[in-house]
Amino acid sequence: MSRPILEVSGLTMRFGGLLAVNNVALSVQPKQVVSIIGPNGAGKTTVFNCLTGFYQPSGGDILLDGEPIQQLPGHKIAHRGVVRTFQNVRLFKEMTAVENLLVAQHRHLNTNFLAGLLKTPGFRRSEKAAMEYAAHWLEIVNLTDVANRPAGTLAYGQQRRLEIARCMMTRPRLLMLDEPAAGLNPKETEDLKQLIGMLRNEHDVTVLLIEHDMHLVMSISDHIYVINQGTPLADGTPEQIRNNPDVIKAYLGEA
Amino acid sequence: MNAKNLKTAFFSALLVIAVAYPVLGLKLTTVGIKLEVHGASPAVLWTIAAAAVAMFFWQLFRDRLSSAWASAPSMPKLPDSASNFLTLPSTQRWIILGLVVVALAWPFFGSRGAVDIATLILIYVMLGLGLNIVVGLAGLLDLGYVGFYAVGAYSYALLSHYYGLGFWVCLPIAGMMAALFGFLLGFPVLRLRGDYLAIVTLGFGEIIRILLRNMTEVTGGPNGISNIEKPTLFGLSFERRAAEGMQTFHEYFGIAYNSINKVIFLYVIALLLVLLTLFVINRLLRMPIGRAWEALREDEIACRALGMNPTVIKLSAFTLGACFAGFAGSFFAARQGLVTPESFTFIESAIILAIVVLGGMGSQLGIILAAVVMILMPELMREFSEYRMLFFGALMVLMMIWRPQGLLPMQRPHLELKP
Repeated sequence: MSRPILEVSGLTMRFGGLLAVNNVALSVQPKQVVSIIGPNGAGKTTVFNCLTGFYQPSGGDILLDGEPIQQLPGHKIAHRGVVRTFQNVRLFKEMTAVENLLVAQHRHLNTNFLAGLLKTPGFRRSEKAAMEYAAHWLEIVNLTDVANRPAGTLAYGQQRRLEIARCMMTRPRLLMLDEPAAGLNPKETEDLKQLIGMLRNEHDVTVLLIEHDMHLVMSISDHIYVINQGTPLADGTPEQIRNNPDVIKAYLGEA
Repeated sequence: MNAKNLKTAFFSALLVIAVAYPVLGLKLTTVGIKLEVHGASPAVLWTIAAAAVAMFFWQLFRDRLSSAWASAPSMPKLPDSASNFLTLPSTQRWIILGLVVVALAWPFFGSRGAVDIATLILIYVMLGLGLNIVVGLAGLLDLGYVGFYAVGAYSYALLSHYYGLGFWVCLPIAGMMAALFGFLLGFPVLRLRGDYLAIVTLGFGEIIRILLRNMTEVTGGPNGISNIEKPTLFGLSFERRAAEGMQTFHEYFGIAYNSINKVIFLYVIALLLVLLTLFVINRLLRMPIGRAWEALREDEIACRALGMNPTVIKLSAFTLGACFAGFAGSFFAARQGLVTPESFTFIESAIILAIVVLGGMGSQLGIILAAVVMILMPELMREFSEYRMLFFGALMVLMMIWRPQGLLPMQRPHLELKP
């Protein structure tokens, strides 16, 4: 096994008296799809928020490529190649689909004030490249024909795809998807599965997934972590998880 | 007409009396060195009574009146297609170009007073455009914008007074000083959001003014700094008699001295500054930083998740906005020839903010129109100057009802993906 891209140990998050995440450990290998599952309120999104710097964890270590990132602010973690989507879609609704993708490339663009003011050749080139890259990804997620529509007016499934494309604009290495299949119909979920597989195989992206759609989770994951009430319950391959009596008990209740 | 209507009507009438009688019905008069309260003339009292009665009946028959009103033909509204056309960015750009042509021709037709007022309007256009970056684009409510205006004005006034530097040297320095203040204030403040930010910036504006008033040794305190040098045209002065070692404009060109030349020259400088501001802001809108401002206004959390540093982006908006206020301020100092702390009270901030909101957030043409309305209106209605605030209030309320989106809002200019 190669060195894990993300290694989390003893992650704990406390809100006052509430222990939302208790001693969670994760290990994600490059180019894997790893899922975190658990009942509602189990603390999955809190784990995501800790990993992406939105919360400062109360304890534990988060190592990205062996380097600690738990004290960094959110945008610095994103600079290191960790980007996420949100459970409730957070697009820039007034901006068009293609502009959403351009904004996300901010860090890779020529942001020199004078260059932009004088429209230097370098600035034009950078803008053109950004536009082409955005167009390329709109095509991949099949949104080219709605490129110039405000993102808020797109159908829900389209918004979900656009959000993933927007993450890809930052050239991530670790993509964290928070319930990407929520609210999608079976056909769209199948497309999403194809998309995630393609991201991993063709773009070398590692995917960390929170999802309730068990069909999707079981068919796509290399490794699954189960969290219940903030505490790790089990982990293993989809096959192991499916047959784990603890997991069945947590999900279905005791028989 | 039920009991509830009667009750409302009765209390409304009572309210009219309760508000109007102390305000209009009692007069303070100076008798010797003392103030005495006197009743107003019977005519005023009768008017108040009549207003109360009118209010009583209006409240009583309000329902019927409003239904009668609804059946009456309403005001013709702008058809949708026309308002859509007017809010298109390309249309507005042409209108702005047209306005620029008018502005260029203005000094040849307008009187001296008209040119002078136009110069004042241009100052407020510049301030409005600058504040629009902060409020309209980046969505940060700044109530202390006048502080940066003051910094710009005093930068020029002090540099000119103590070091004898000319306007053209001081203009960029004043802009940079204001930008520096924007930057320094922005650092601690931009962690705050919404209302809190508004309050802190409001405090900042006041602190600057009070500081200027109390640093008497440097700034001259409440008396301010007077006799500030006017701008020169490549070293040519527009005064009747030039200072030592300088030449005057009329002598150089061999024409008779006319004081209107000075007014026109100031107007042209203001126009150039506004054009520069328009150009810079138009470019900014189409630059990555402009897009980042809008994205930040819509969703700060998503911005952070995508690796954009919200503090840096906000700070850039704050600094750039302040910079334009600095330019406007130094020009203001040059035009007046006198700066006092009382030119930079909160009401100035409020007027500039009103221009931005009245014009339609984010719309440059809207801001130009709103500046014209807000500055021209008090000038045209000098006889009613006592009621100026009342007019502003009424205008705001009317706008709120009829055009909450502003006089002339603009659709966002989008970048299109061309097939």
